[in-house]
Amino acid sequence: MSTIYIPAVLRPQVGGVKSIELPGTTVGQLITALLVQHPGLGGQLMTSDGELNRFVNVYVNGQDVRYLDGLATPVGDRDEVRLLPAMAGG
Amino acid sequence: MNEQRSVADLLRAARAAIPEVLPAAVDAVRRDGRTAIVDVREAEEYDQGHLPGAIHIARSYLEQAVEAEITDRGRPIVIYCSNTTRSYLAGRTLLEMGYTSVVVMDGGFNGWKAAGLPWQAEMDLSPAQRQRYSRHLLMPEVGTAGQAQLLGGRVLVVGAGGLGSPALLYLAAAGVGTLGIVDFDVVDLSNLQRQVIHASDRVGEKKTESARRAIASLNPDVTVVAHEEMLVPANVERIIAGYDVILDGTDTFETRYLLNDAAVAAGIPVVHASVFRFEGQLTVFVPYEGPCYRCLYPTPPPPELAPGCSVAGVLGVVPGIMGLLQANEVLKLLLGIGNSLAGRLVIFDALEAEFTELQLRRDPACPVCSDGVRAARERGEAPILSTFPPDAPFALGGTSFGTSFGAPTPLGTTPETRP
Repeated sequence: MSTIYIPAVLRPQVGGVKSIELPGTTVGQLITALLVQHPGLGGQLMTSDGELNRFVNVYVNGQDVRYLDGLATPVGDRDEVRLLPAMAGG
Repeated sequence: MNEQRSVADLLRAARAAIPEVLPAAVDAVRRDGRTAIVDVREAEEYDQGHLPGAIHIARSYLEQAVEAEITDRGRPIVIYCSNTTRSYLAGRTLLEMGYTSVVVMDGGFNGWKAAGLPWQAEMDLSPAQRQRYSRHLLMPEVGTAGQAQLLGGRVLVVGAGGLGSPALLYLAAAGVGTLGIVDFDVVDLSNLQRQVIHASDRVGEKKTESARRAIASLNPDVTVVAHEEMLVPANVERIIAGYDVILDGTDTFETRYLLNDAAVAAGIPVVHASVFRFEGQLTVFVPYEGPCYRCLYPTPPPPELAPGCSVAGVLGVVPGIMGLLQANEVLKLLLGIGNSLAGRLVIFDALEAEFTELQLRRDPACPVCSDGVRAARERGEAPILSTFPPDAPFALGGTSFGTSFGAPTPLGTTPETRP
């Protein structure tokens, strides 16, 4: 199980929780598991082609998965996965 | 039993142990990149004139400060004061501390000037300025030279809102000499929960004017340049020109991308923050040294995924905290001290009182700051059109990117979004 941290802007879609423990050995599997539990997030995280939307960044232990192996980036039990959406408020 | 020794005894012993060199010999080594020229006079004397490149360590702070300034005990050190007395006493201390290559400059600073060698003076602060900035002047990382840099600094704050308000107040208090403010809005009662530069009796007033009044009463050293207009492709280059640093306190993606693209083209660092409810994000975009905003977020989210403060709300202190962290980064950039947040993004979660740091990278395919685009820009050519992603929402028109993009996307149009 790895922990996905949910940013505030997406929390209404996951019942307001800050983080969710999910099974999976890659970033893609974790996100698939997240979307099974919370289908409402689908359009916000993924494109219709099954790729990550370019306005949502995913970090594993502080590193951007775009510079790792993307959705195939492996995640272990203690890894911290973080979704980072752009926000504009100022 | 203690042996009594006069200052003359101490000096005699020091002179016997420490060689003396002529100013001309010091001039020959002062740019060799190895020799440390140490001025041990008091701050006032140093400010009135000193050798170019000298390290200032007043003798009263010598023991505490020298180890941080000169870590290599074998590095050649030339000490000078106004003449030589303080230099020998300081040299004796350095020998006792284990520095092995210490010499004293014959004739001191007076002898240097008499020999017609070059010297420089720090900006003269008025007595009132010395008092106002005394807490800065006490720190060697700032000092008179740093305060002069701040007073000569030019910072553009885009948006006198939640982020801009606290940043403007503290930058003004710190003595940043020129503060440009871009805002076309007027003060609304709903702003005052967080936009602390404005006030109840200025509701309805232009934000640039309200901010100017607050800054004028806080620090008369600061010149406010009001840009009372909306940042658009047609004016962005003109507005940002000549500023040392830009503080992004805007509240729309349109303006953030526009500002990013123009700042990269102009080579000006942008200190960036954004807020949402109880969260904030902060980083510094230094053109070509670190990533830019488009490297971080290649495209903006659809509006429903990124509501602004006026829709989603924000805890008033969150932009306050993030705006002050921005001001901190601005001051560091102006002073050239510390490690900037370039290449690092800090996320602040107010509910958990938690800061998280993420690593950012330059996107080698960035349509704005990649090496290829930079080279094209430096050749005066437009970047290759195919490198610009088709969903890039706000291509900057005008001379910065040449004209091959065709007409820029008008601001205010909704960017292409996915379901």
